[in-house]
Amino acid sequence: MKSFSVIFLVCLISMGFEVFPPSVKVVKFDALEELMNRDSEKIEVINFWATWCKPCIKELPFFQELHRSKSKEVNVTLISLDFADALDKRVVPFVEKRGITTEVLLLDEVDYNSWIDKVDPSWSGAIPATLIINHKTGQRRFLERELKEGELEQIINELI
Amino acid sequence: MIYINAFLVTIAMLLGDGLKVGDQAMDFNLKNVDGQMVSLSGNQDVNGYILVFTCNTCPYSVAYEDRIIELHEKYAARGYPVVAVQPNNTQRSPGDSFEQMQKRAQEKGFPFPYLMDETQEITKTYGATNTPHVYVLNRESGDKFVIKYIGAIDNNSRDAAAADQHYVEDAVDSLIKGNSVKTTKTKAIGCTIKWAS
Repeated sequence: MKSFSVIFLVCLISMGFEVFPPSVKVVKFDALEELMNRDSEKIEVINFWATWCKPCIKELPFFQELHRSKSKEVNVTLISLDFADALDKRVVPFVEKRGITTEVLLLDEVDYNSWIDKVDPSWSGAIPATLIINHKTGQRRFLERELKEGELEQIINELI
Repeated sequence: MIYINAFLVTIAMLLGDGLKVGDQAMDFNLKNVDGQMVSLSGNQDVNGYILVFTCNTCPYSVAYEDRIIELHEKYAARGYPVVAVQPNNTQRSPGDSFEQMQKRAQEKGFPFPYLMDETQEITKTYGATNTPHVYVLNRESGDKFVIKYIGAIDNNSRDAAAADQHYVEDAVDSLIKGNSVKTTKTKAIGCTIKWAS
């Protein structure tokens, strides 16, 4: 009976892992800074978006596809700029509904002026915005606009 | 002089990076939600303006609506009224149509003009990139207004009470006292302006 419950529990947990996408973690700027500056062989792709931002939502499938097809060479992170109090009501349901398996972090830092320049001095603060980094060469691309299909792959190929 | 200014404005537009702090503000003649045309030079009684690029549809703009009304209520009587300009192309953002602007202005009882920048020329010239985006203007002489501050209203878009930096208030307070503005430029997350495609 005991072993049966253990098996049942294991099944339940493994099912859970398969059914639910990674939960959205609420982070502070230091987490983003770590992503931008870490020592990694992979190309870092960081996209700034929000559930209320239509052009952001339009380009999300490009990032999801990149994560799905190139996860060996590229690390994709979606940084949600939704307010932290929208986490359970909007962000998590959105991520689940869209079947997003790319890592999503909610950046809970509303004192924007204190960190926007640290992401890129050219950034006005408008979203969507995307930062692509080759940690090995130190090359960076920052794009403050909506991306077209295929553009992401093209930039990554230039940086590899 | 007017030609030189027009020339400089054209250059700024071509470069695409907009007007900067210290530049002369470009005057405009835009339609208000009440049907009247509004320009900077149209009001001889003011010492300057709090020019806000904002819209109906951006959650940050909505979050700041009450604070924009408060800015006007606090500073209009002291010579610095708010003038709001809606910068989005209405085909790309139907919720920002002139009719929707009129509706929103009425619902919220906007005490300031809410103007439509139909051609987006003013928005482009100023170099506004997101909403809400504030330009504090000060009258230097005659109808010449100079940009003294560009950026955010304060440092907490979610919660007005939690903001501990009030950039626009500080700028206007300094101008009223005849002092120079300490923080002249800030950045904030906001909605991209929806340009005509």
